[in-house]
Amino acid sequence: MQDFVRGLWKENPVFVQVLGMCPTLAVTTSLINGISMGLATTFVLVASGLVISSVRKLLPDQVRIASFMIIISSFVTVVKLLFEAHIPEISSQLGPYLPLIVTNCIILGRQEAFASKQPVGRSLLDALGMGIGFALALVVLGGVRELLYQGTIGGFQVFGTWYKSMVIMVMPAGAFISLSLLVALFQRISGRK
Amino acid sequence: MEYFFIFVAIVLTQNFVLHYFLGICPFLGVSDEMEGAFGMGIATTFVMTLTAIITWNINTFILEAFNVEFLEYVTFILVIASLVQLVEMFLRKYLPELYETLGIYLPLITTNCAVLGLALFMVLREYNFLESAIFGFGAGIGFTLALVIMAGIRGELSEEDIPKPFRGTAITLLVAGLLALAFMGFSGLVPS
Repeated sequence: MQDFVRGLWKENPVFVQVLGMCPTLAVTTSLINGISMGLATTFVLVASGLVISSVRKLLPDQVRIASFMIIISSFVTVVKLLFEAHIPEISSQLGPYLPLIVTNCIILGRQEAFASKQPVGRSLLDALGMGIGFALALVVLGGVRELLYQGTIGGFQVFGTWYKSMVIMVMPAGAFISLSLLVALFQRISGRK
Repeated sequence: MEYFFIFVAIVLTQNFVLHYFLGICPFLGVSDEMEGAFGMGIATTFVMTLTAIITWNINTFILEAFNVEFLEYVTFILVIASLVQLVEMFLRKYLPELYETLGIYLPLITTNCAVLGLALFMVLREYNFLESAIFGFGAGIGFTLALVIMAGIRGELSEEDIPKPFRGTAITLLVAGLLALAFMGFSGLVPS
């Protein structure tokens, strides 16, 4: 159970470990994009964690990283094809950031630190926890940016028509600044140094 | 002229780090001192230029020629990983001094999403060979520029009294946000 909970808050991949920043900043212009990216990453994390932890004793140490990369990128290809077939609009909005899950440091990091050393069950829990922690962070950031940009959350009008849209929130600068404020808030709440 | 615009766009107006959020991990992590940032930047530029040249050829003459584009990601990541390995071996053997300086940064480049991002963008925009090479080189230069500027600012910041919750990551992200704003001033340099 500990393996699962850890990723959600105490070692949250985005707010605490500061990993996987590229997709975090790039795709969170809206809530729905954040959710899709979070789920896609969780799927790759869990699937590759399962495979790697089951074959961990067969992999020679020297080609370990290369093997991880092949396994991870195969699953990313699967996700990309699924997205293209079933939700083409989201797939085209995420653009090259969907395939870039391959180089998401969270995934390789978890394989190296956890899945390649632990039994299948624990790796599964760890991957699920980290994936959901990542997805949560993306949802929060996506929600905040979408709300401030056009006053909606997930497409629903939250602020009235008086709300003037803040264009900066969909721009790169807005992404950096809102994540910065969220990280600061997170540190304040969790009371770390 | 078109080639020149590709270069200017990728260095300034569409900087990989500040516009596409590629290569953020090393940008936030390594950039504490100027020299290290510069070394990392040069090593990455080198790998990026080579990656652009090699992946363009592989994509055009193998993947597209045989209709196996779905192998794109697996192939690209393998090419990048082996390229980094080769560069490392080459440097260690023939240019040991340079290896001493760049050595520690090289393995990190494999998981730098900017390198894979470069290959993906190149395919997406259907660049020809020369355009790809310039794109790769420019992306590296833009990355170096952002890294060096960031290192300079962080050097100054280390002596400031920053509010507690902002220490570390948060302040770095805030600085990056302001930098991104500043770089928006360059938009318009390149006709779209």
